[in-house]
Amino acid sequence: VSKADVCAAILWLGVTLYAIFGGADFGAGIWDLFAGSGEKADRVRGQIDRSIGPVWEANHVWLIFVLVVLWSAFAPAFSAIMTTLYIPLALAALGIVLRGAGFAFRHALPGPVERPATRVFGFASVLTPFFMGTVVGAIASGEVPAAGDGDPTSSWTGFLPLASGVLFVLVAAYTAAVFLVRDSGAAGDQELRSYFERRALIAAVIAGATAVVGVIALHADGRYVYDGLTSWPGIALVILSGVCGLVALGLLFTGRNKGLRVAAVGAGTAVIWGYFAAAFPYILPTSLTISGAAAPSATLTAVIIIFGAAVVLVIPSLALLYTLSQRQALEGYSATSDVTSPRQ
Amino acid sequence: MTSPVLLLADSSSNLLAARNQMGFTLGFHIVLACFGVAFPLVMLIAEWYGHRKGDKAALRLARNWSKGVAVLFAVGAVTGTVLSFEFGLLWPRFMDRFGDAFGIAFAIEGIFFFLEAIFIAIYIYGWDRLSPRAHMLAAVPIVISGVGGAFSVISANAWMNQPQGFDLDMAGNVTNVRPSEVIFNPATGYEFFHMWLAAYIVTGFLIASVYAVGMLRGRRDRYHRLGFIIPFTVAAIATPIQLFVGDTAARAVADDQPAKFAGFECVYKSGDDQPEHIGGICHDGKVSADISIPGLDSLLVGFSTSTHVTGLDQIPDNDEPPALTMLHLAFDTMVGIGSALFLLAVWFAISWWRRRDLPATRWFLRICAIAGVAAVVALWCGWIVTEVGRQPWIVNGFMRTADAVTPAQGIWWVFGATMALYIGLGVTAITVLRGLSRRWREGGPEAEIPYGPPPGERSGASA
Repeated sequence: VSKADVCAAILWLGVTLYAIFGGADFGAGIWDLFAGSGEKADRVRGQIDRSIGPVWEANHVWLIFVLVVLWSAFAPAFSAIMTTLYIPLALAALGIVLRGAGFAFRHALPGPVERPATRVFGFASVLTPFFMGTVVGAIASGEVPAAGDGDPTSSWTGFLPLASGVLFVLVAAYTAAVFLVRDSGAAGDQELRSYFERRALIAAVIAGATAVVGVIALHADGRYVYDGLTSWPGIALVILSGVCGLVALGLLFTGRNKGLRVAAVGAGTAVIWGYFAAAFPYILPTSLTISGAAAPSATLTAVIIIFGAAVVLVIPSLALLYTLSQRQALEGYSATSDVTSPRQ
Repeated sequence: MTSPVLLLADSSSNLLAARNQMGFTLGFHIVLACFGVAFPLVMLIAEWYGHRKGDKAALRLARNWSKGVAVLFAVGAVTGTVLSFEFGLLWPRFMDRFGDAFGIAFAIEGIFFFLEAIFIAIYIYGWDRLSPRAHMLAAVPIVISGVGGAFSVISANAWMNQPQGFDLDMAGNVTNVRPSEVIFNPATGYEFFHMWLAAYIVTGFLIASVYAVGMLRGRRDRYHRLGFIIPFTVAAIATPIQLFVGDTAARAVADDQPAKFAGFECVYKSGDDQPEHIGGICHDGKVSADISIPGLDSLLVGFSTSTHVTGLDQIPDNDEPPALTMLHLAFDTMVGIGSALFLLAVWFAISWWRRRDLPATRWFLRICAIAGVAAVVALWCGWIVTEVGRQPWIVNGFMRTADAVTPAQGIWWVFGATMALYIGLGVTAITVLRGLSRRWREGGPEAEIPYGPPPGERSGASA
């Protein structure tokens, strides 16, 4: 295993954490968009606020982590992706700005800003996962040339990238619903719990069907990755993902939530690493390899050391934040409570 | 005249569009970044003071400010993300060639950004549930990571000015990277301290200006007084140090980047006994409509009027910075505002020393009311000086900005859309902050602070 491979694994770990935790925050925004109006919708939005409020910014940093590792350790790949897929990437960035601002504004100040900010938050939450999905689909289908400057439109408007965009939206919504099942259950709201359970089930079934379509598209347009996913070791991870997905589905059907999050996260993680194994040794299949894009040795060492520091500093802090947030130890602050109207 | 359509298709116009886009989004973000670095300290001081003196007004300020921190940090996080994308979207050739050296500092910044995001959440959401001690402890990593993050980003910018810590192979690719030389390049020290202090100055004067306006409108209660004094004091302490650091930085630039220095001081002809031009227009090899002080420029650079200063005559024409008048006026505006803010701080200090109170005249508050905006203008001028002054280089001496820019078309359209989006973002952010402040005011000065959990309900929070 070379230093470049280690850096690629670090990059991919960041991708995994952003896809799951960042993805779930976007997914919560998608449910927010479809919550409708009325007393129940307010409760749904309240739960979404409490669930993602304390964690979404920390989860968002995984994207920054991915970008800096990519441009430090694999600068030519970063440049090739950026000069080819600048349209979907710019639109994903637009979604990031609107989602973050929309959520922060509606959260900070109930009143005239709240309704439009809620709308913006919801729409933007669809935008970013969709365009991130097209970027991944375009890379998987070999549309990004090693030298960059690939076709700015046809590279990401093929069937595979578009299907991958839709899949990302559905998976984000599914993951979010699973997290929200747990959170509303822990908050003692059984009605909301079954509300999100139904939505998780629906999202799971549609996402599963889309994934099958995606595999067919991959067979046609992303043959290298397809072959990798259907042979060892890719196939093992695909099977693991399928098993986890079915377990999660079974748990949702029977209304048992113990182990639900682990199964759902496991399904996502297994397929993300399945892709990594399938694309190996390429960072851009099949135009640029990991070693071909790798920075000089000292830079790779620096990235590995910095990652080590991140593990020591960031992981315990994140664990503290998640623990406090899951124990509702951070729930005292809500959008409407301030010094003049203390929480009841 | 060239028609606008032709201009849009022109590649040099692409460069201009990309520079405008980068400059505008950076100018927007840098104000929020200042708040990210300095606001948590101001807030922590208020909380600490509140507990120490049992001062309810100070605690109320800290709590209200934390909501401002939350909103500004959220907007800063997303506008900062936009900048990360723009490195690749606007300057792909630069990242391709130098990402493996330039990028390292950003990897470190990533850690600080993480810690800041995590502990801001714990702090803000922990008001009602954490003990005062645990709560204040949660703010400490925010303050430290704000400074660390600023150091990392400024180190990357300093490297663009003073690139080192790498070799180029025959093909012009970066090899043999030496990360510590990249991070601790000769410009890192003065650029970092200059920006760090600027963050306290901008944030302190801006927050104080809000309460100065409140006091001018007759709201003279303890809440407003403390809301003015705490941030103003933070900014005031930073001003004299900033004059010293800025002066040191200018001398270092004169040594290390003579073209940049000649640009912002409008030195056309090399030689000793250089006059200092204050204001004026730089054109055709001379400065007009300025106030010229004989020998002062040489004196400032080398403590003697016989100091030799390199002029633009020794710089090849295509290596000269552009827009000399703008560069020169930006520099003078920055120095002018910085000095004026220092005098404002001295005025406050004298009054405090003699009578433990603000200067009695309303003119003091009126000036303070505009000091915040003035500090922001000085900040922007400083970034114009450092970024425009480095042109035509993106990596000083190694890569021209024109060679780094993307060939992608349509950047002017993106620029227009970004302006509209960011103006909307700025207006909404200010509306939200004003809305919050109105609600706090309507609560009256005696509102209670819910602090800490009821006994026996602390769960594992303080563990």
